[in-house]
Amino acid sequence: MSKELVIISGKGGTGKTTLTSSLAYVMKDKIIVDADADAANMYILTSPKLKHKELFKGNPKAVIDVNKCVNCDLCRKLCRFDAIHINPDGNYYVDEVKCDSCELCKIACPAEAITMKEVYSGEWYESETPFGLMVHAKLYPGAENSGNLVTMVKHRAHVISEEQDIPYILVDGSPGIGCPVISTISGANFVVVVSEPTPAGLHDLERVKRLCDSFKVKSGVVVNKYDLNEEKTRQIEEFAKKEGMEVLGRIPFDECVPKAIVNLQIPYEACESVKRAVDEIYARVMEKL
Amino acid sequence: MKIAITSGKGGTGKTTISTMLAYSLDNPQYIDCDAEEPNGHLFLKPKIEKTIPYTELVPQINEDICTFCGKCADACAYKALVVMGEPLKKTMFFDELCHSCGACAYVCPVEGALIEVPKRVGEIRVGKAGHIDFVMGLLDVGQASATQLIATLKREYMDDSKTVILDSPPGTSCTVVETIDGVDFVILVAEPTPFGLSDLKLSVELVRDMGLNFGIIVNKHEEDNGLIEDYAQQESIPILYRLPFSKDIAKSYSNGALPFEKYKNDFKGVIKQIEERI
Ligand code: SF4
Ligand code: SF4
Ligand code: SF4
Ligand code: SF4
Repeated sequence: MSKELVIISGKGGTGKTTLTSSLAYVMKDKIIVDADADAANMYILTSPKLKHKELFKGNPKAVIDVNKCVNCDLCRKLCRFDAIHINPDGNYYVDEVKCDSCELCKIACPAEAITMKEVYSGEWYESETPFGLMVHAKLYPGAENSGNLVTMVKHRAHVISEEQDIPYILVDGSPGIGCPVISTISGANFVVVVSEPTPAGLHDLERVKRLCDSFKVKSGVVVNKYDLNEEKTRQIEEFAKKEGMEVLGRIPFDECVPKAIVNLQIPYEACESVKRAVDEIYARVMEKL
Repeated sequence: MKIAITSGKGGTGKTTISTMLAYSLDNPQYIDCDAEEPNGHLFLKPKIEKTIPYTELVPQINEDICTFCGKCADACAYKALVVMGEPLKKTMFFDELCHSCGACAYVCPVEGALIEVPKRVGEIRVGKAGHIDFVMGLLDVGQASATQLIATLKREYMDDSKTVILDSPPGTSCTVVETIDGVDFVILVAEPTPFGLSDLKLSVELVRDMGLNFGIIVNKHEEDNGLIEDYAQQESIPILYRLPFSKDIAKSYSNGALPFEKYKNDFKGVIKQIEERI
C-alpha cells in the first residue's frame, strides 16, 4: 500500500496551495491528487497534460411527467428539500439543484408521474505533470459536493500507485469540515493542516483537529505567514502541542509568494524563504509517513 | 434588500468584505451562512443573546412492534437503514448516512414502529454587534452537510425589514446555491491571482446560471495587476470596489480587529452602486 499524505486547511486561502505545490516539487515518487474539486488550483501551477478524462455521475434527480401528473400536491408537501415547485402554467416541476435524490416523491406519487433521471455532476482526469502523474476533478457549478468525487479520485490514485509501484500519494484537500473533507482525510496516513496566525486560523484549526481525531488520523500543523503575528503563531503551536499534533514548521510572509503565483511559478522554486521552510517541513513529514 | 457575498474559494477576504459592508449600513442584519467555518463573529464580536440547537429528524425504530417487513430500508435511498427479518429480527441505523428525508417514516405500515426524533446537527446563534443584528449557523464537527441549516437560517431568521448581508460559504456547490438563491444581489470577492481568476470564472458561471444580478469586489488590489479588471471588462461585469493590498489590513485582520470606521464611506458607496443596479 502506498502512503497517503493529505494537506488541508480548514478554510481556504491560508496558503495550502503554496505548501502543496512546493511539496509536489520536492517530493519524489508520488501521485498528486487534487481533491479540491470545487476550486481545483493545482492544475494551474503544474501545467498538466491531459491523458484521460471521464464523466462523473452524480445522484439521480427526480423528474415529473406533466402528462401523468394529476396536480395532487402530495410530492410538494412531502419534499423536505423544497425542491418541488409549480411553474406559471400550473405544472409541477423539480428544481434539480435543490433535489437531494431521496426518492420520497417518486415513492409517494399516486399517478406514478415521477422518475429518477441520471445526471452528470462533474468530470475527473488523469494528467501528466513535470512532477508526476496527477488525478484531479472538476465539479460542475451548483452540483452537490458530496465527497463521492473525492473518494473516486483518491481511489483511482491508489489503483495507479499499486499498478506502477509508486510509494506516495500527495493529496491537496478541500476546505471546510463537511462531507468532501471527511472523504479527503479518511484513509490518510498523515494530515498536514495549514494554518495562519489569525483568530479564524486558530478557530478553524480546532475544528479540523477534532475531525482528524474522530477519524483517528495523525496530524501536524504548519503555520503560514507566521511573522504576521508571532503571538498568534505561538498560540496555534501551543494548541497543537497540547492536542498531540506535530508542529512541523513555519512559513514566513513573503511578498515573493503572490508574485510567484501570478507568474505561475511554484513558490518553492521562486522564493528562497519558502524553499528553506518547506525543506524542513518536508523532512519532518517524511519521518511521520 | 438581500445581498449575498461569496467567492470561488475561501480566504479571499469574503468575511472582511461582508463585515465591513454590514458595518457601513444603517439597518443591517448580518447572517453568517458559512456554517462549516463561520468567521464573521471573530471580527464583529457580537453579544450572543440566544443559542438555539439546530436539529434534523432521524428515524427511531421500536423493535417491539416493528414487523421487520423491510419497507423502510427499501425506501432509504442513502442506505442508512438495514432490516434483518426472521430469524434475526434486528434493525440497524447509520445516522451519518441519513439525510433526514422522511421516506422511511412515510412508508412504514405499522403505526408507531418508526417515529422521527430530532438529532442535533449544529446550532444557531443570535445576537447584536453594535447596531448590527447578528445571526450565525454553526455545523457540528463530523456532520456532512450544512445545506438544510442554511435553508433554516434563511427561512426562520432572515428579517425582511433590514438590509440583509448573507456571508456565503465559498465555492460553487450546493451550500452556496442555497445561500444565494433568491437574493437581490451577489457580490463575488476575488483576488487578482491566476487562482482567483479561475475560481471567479466558476462563480460567474454559477450566478449566471441562476439568473442573479451580480458584481465583483477585488480584494488585495494592486495598481499594476489587471488580471481581474481585464476579465471583468471582457465579460461586462461591474467592479464595485477595489480593496487595496496592504499589510495593515492583513495585520489588523490577524488581530481580529478590522478597520471598520476607516472603510465605512467606501462601503456606503458600494451599497449605492448596488441599489442603482437592482
Ligand atoms: S405527487 Fe405526483 S401527481 Fe401529485 S402533484 Fe406530485 S407529481 Fe403530480
Ligand atoms: S427526490 Fe426527494 S429531494 Fe428530490 S424532489 Fe423528490 S422528494 Fe424532493
Ligand atoms: S417499515 Fe416499519 S415495520 Fe417495516 S421494518 Fe421498517 S420500521 Fe419495521
Ligand atoms: S430519514 Fe431518509 S435518509 Fe434517514 S433513514 Fe429515513 S429514509 Fe433513510
